[in-house]
Amino acid sequence: MRRAFEEELDQLHVRFFQMGRRVNEAINKSVKGFVNHDKEAAKQVIEEDAVINQFEHDLEHECIELIALQQPVTTDLRRIVIVMKAIADLERMGDHAVSISKSTIRVKGTKRNEEIEQSISDMADIVMQMMRDVLDAFVVDDAEKAVAVAQQDIKVDRMRKEIYQRCIEDMKKDPDLVLGATDYMLTSTYVERIGDYITNICEWIVYLDTGEIQELNTHHHVDDELKN
Amino acid sequence: MAVRPIETDVTKTSIKKLPENLTGVISTEDLHVYYGDFEAIKGVSLEFPKNQITALIGPSGSAKSTYLRSLNRMNDEIKGAKVTGKILYKGRDINASDVDVYSVRKQIGMVFQRPNPFSKSIYENIAFALKRHGIKDKNVLDEAVETSLKQAALWDQVKDRLHESAIGMSGGQQQRLCIARAIALKPDVLLLDEPASALDPISTAQVEETLLELKENYSIVIVPHNMQQASRISDYTAFFHLGNVLEYDETRTVFTRPAIQATEDYVSGHYG
Repeated sequence: MRRAFEEELDQLHVRFFQMGRRVNEAINKSVKGFVNHDKEAAKQVIEEDAVINQFEHDLEHECIELIALQQPVTTDLRRIVIVMKAIADLERMGDHAVSISKSTIRVKGTKRNEEIEQSISDMADIVMQMMRDVLDAFVVDDAEKAVAVAQQDIKVDRMRKEIYQRCIEDMKKDPDLVLGATDYMLTSTYVERIGDYITNICEWIVYLDTGEIQELNTHHHVDDELKN
Repeated sequence: MAVRPIETDVTKTSIKKLPENLTGVISTEDLHVYYGDFEAIKGVSLEFPKNQITALIGPSGSAKSTYLRSLNRMNDEIKGAKVTGKILYKGRDINASDVDVYSVRKQIGMVFQRPNPFSKSIYENIAFALKRHGIKDKNVLDEAVETSLKQAALWDQVKDRLHESAIGMSGGQQQRLCIARAIALKPDVLLLDEPASALDPISTAQVEETLLELKENYSIVIVPHNMQQASRISDYTAFFHLGNVLEYDETRTVFTRPAIQATEDYVSGHYG
């Protein structure tokens, strides 16, 4: 009986991993599309979001059935609960990729700043690496790695602030940049939020290991936010 | 949270037909069982899917075991019992008076609540019925014993002591021996009446694992000893109540979004 249940759990985690890869592809495509002003890539991300939503729907359904039919406890229960929580995080990341793509469509033709775009691309590279690492940590239940991945989010937050400041300065200097820079600020915020969702998943991996919900990313402070 | 009264209307039913991708193996049509004047089963029509596990659940006295025993004519053994309606197996009504019940039971085997191995060796427990059916060739018997024990996930544990008494086995092993004994006759359908109720949790898990493996080759109808067992191992579930079937559907549906309130109340543990 255990074996059959464990096979179902393994399948659930494989499908979660597949959903994670799909989301990472969407993030990659949306940021590349934004930087390269690629409207077609942006359209694809928006269209393909339905696949991510379907993944979430199906996995949620599978989790509910597993809980109802197998009545798991302790680690088994946590294994299912973390999938339910983490798929919601993944789905939100997919939505942010869509928002970035909408910016791409909107921003085309307005005045650009290649340096800021490069910074957004660099920031997204870190987030995508975080995503690959968190999925690896998820597969092997590596709480230590999850904690290390969450640490990377501090760097992402810092980059977002730098981009924000840069945009403000550029807008002051050149009002023609206002429209484009607003999208830069929005897009960098979307990427930063994706980092936060990855941190959430790191927290679920730690929860699986310890049974305790632990806040990993505690660098957000009211004072910092007021400065912005 | 408001406390909702338990559903008392048990006239509502939801009996799903098998989907096209599943073949039925045995079915009943308007089956009634009477013990003297008492009508224990009140016209049950169900079709059981091939190579799947179907669980019969319901509160005590809902007649699920009575129904299960009807499927291989075990109620014939009870004095005063009368069974009307059809039990269709391979296109034939096996409830007809001219049907050989021993032949029926060879194809529709049964395992009971308490392990009941014969007071013989492990080998003889399985070979006994085969010999009674005229099989004398030792090689054939050896092979049947080995195959049955393997299918019942017992071979590795007993292969070196086949000629020791079955009575010395653990409860879980004895029950799996009874399953091996039932499948030695190569039945199509295996009926199990609370086969794990006398077993500890580990033996229960072993029996459940065995049943999940057996469904590749057999169609199984089981009265589980609790609802959790039904939800864990079965593909289809029939909810019995006072001799009627109120709901029949895929187990995943019955345990997550049943069609009728009485089923919901029962599987949620509000009564029973």
